[in-house]
Amino acid sequence: MTRSTDYKPSAFRLEREAAKVSAARRSVLVAAVSTIAVAAVIYLLLINSPGWERVQTSFFSAEYAIKSFPKIIDGLWLNLRVMIVAEIFILLIGLLVALARTTKSPVLFPLRVLAAAYTDIFRGLPLLLVILLLGLGVPALRIEGLTNSVVVWGGAALVLTYSAYVAEVLRAGIESVHPTQRMAARALGLSNVQTTRFVVLPQAIRRVIPPLLNDLVSLQKDSGLISILGAIDAIKAAGIITATSFNFTPYVTAGVVFVMLTIPLARFTDVVTARMNKRQMQGGVA
Amino acid sequence: MKKKYLLAVAAVAALTLSACSTDAAETSPAASESATGDACAPENLQTLEAGVLTIGTDSPAYEPWFKNDDPTNGEGYESAVAYAVAAELGFTPDQVVWTVAPFNTVIAPGEKAFDFDINQVSITDERKQAVDFSSGYYDVKQALITIKGSKLDGATSLADLKDAKLGAQIGTTSYTVITDLIQPTQEIGSFDTNDVAKAALANGQIDGLIVDLPTAFYITAVELSDGIIVGQFETTSSAEQFGLVLNLGSPLTKCVSDAVDNLRADGTLAAIEAEWLSQVVSAPVIK
Repeated sequence: MTRSTDYKPSAFRLEREAAKVSAARRSVLVAAVSTIAVAAVIYLLLINSPGWERVQTSFFSAEYAIKSFPKIIDGLWLNLRVMIVAEIFILLIGLLVALARTTKSPVLFPLRVLAAAYTDIFRGLPLLLVILLLGLGVPALRIEGLTNSVVVWGGAALVLTYSAYVAEVLRAGIESVHPTQRMAARALGLSNVQTTRFVVLPQAIRRVIPPLLNDLVSLQKDSGLISILGAIDAIKAAGIITATSFNFTPYVTAGVVFVMLTIPLARFTDVVTARMNKRQMQGGVA
Repeated sequence: MKKKYLLAVAAVAALTLSACSTDAAETSPAASESATGDACAPENLQTLEAGVLTIGTDSPAYEPWFKNDDPTNGEGYESAVAYAVAAELGFTPDQVVWTVAPFNTVIAPGEKAFDFDINQVSITDERKQAVDFSSGYYDVKQALITIKGSKLDGATSLADLKDAKLGAQIGTTSYTVITDLIQPTQEIGSFDTNDVAKAALANGQIDGLIVDLPTAFYITAVELSDGIIVGQFETTSSAEQFGLVLNLGSPLTKCVSDAVDNLRADGTLAAIEAEWLSQVVSAPVIK
């Protein structure tokens, strides 16, 4: 590719590019003006609406936000620990169940039935019910050597329920891989296990990353449900203050904290998906 | 008008003095004779039946509020309080008649079949729309319950509770007893309802549960077979009180309230509480 140095863009081209630049500038300006106008209208509507002052003291009180923040962060630590540990188990169990459901051998029919029954039951059961059953019901059996920790049993309930969701997501991914891929792999001499490991799963998981991340975000929020058993998570920490003060700012603060946690996760998913897609376009070179 | 009021005060004072002696009933009519026009004298009280004080309570009458399901024996906290109030008003024990008044009918609007009812009814603004209340005769205390043989069984001081895993319903006075009075080293079991808290206590997920004393009696007597009351706390900021219930706009309300106030002022209520709600039921004060 050589380029002659005496190349001069045509006057027509220069004119076209200048027009493009000015059009872009104009649209930025218009967008800015309209955004500011809309923001101003919303702001004025808000502060002039009746009851705004009450809303402000009840939902956006700086005093209560500051007072509740350290306690909410303490509680959030429980959410995070539960979420991370549970997520590891969920991915593992979900994958095993998905693989069990997609087996083809007639010998493994009972396994498929069991896996199907598990996903049917635990996708249907309300999470709260599973948490109460495991967190209060199992310790009530007083089985020797079994922990009665609410965090452990609450976490187990999350794992059981979410594994069923994740198993179905992964199964959808596995079944979306075209059968010819598997046939080609077998024709190349890969064993059944190798085919699953090196051909099917990489494609399947890549396709279901967005729904998997959806489940992770959802788990992050549902991890707080174990607070029904008496543990103090971020929402309960906020609730304790709200219960005595009747000020709802702690809830709002906890909500902001959760959103702050979710947004980086969503952006991270976007990056991961984009990188995976790019890699696929390049022919699978890592 | 003012003179009448002074006479009433004098009569009440005379009654208060005489209430301590056993012949209170004999002397009090004499006292009120000299104070004719005293609205709270027995002969001037517009009771359902002249000369008889009809007191209502639910059946069965539970301990420790009553004893042996018999309100007439003067035993149990509320029976004792009822007879003390009667004496304060100038009625002898044999002028007192008990009637069965189911709890729900007591706080419902409408005519009542009693002069006043004593049945652990909490005074609330909502109920005041439907019935009259006397002054509170009992400030609801907070109590610690646990399971027989747990590490809190036999605890006597606040220091004994320091390292225990305690629980309570959030947003209640019980919860503030833990946060403000006990300040334990372990995370507080924080429950949205007492039902989950009770299950957690039975499971050993918490060592002790704080509830108000009346609830503690109920839980340990009816709900948790091996539940026991460790003790009660001296909480001064208790907002909840039990009051005697009267018909809305009853002419007796003022007199009954005065009687309760007098019993509180002269220490009678405290003595009855110490006897029936602390010593007899072994709910010592944890300090």
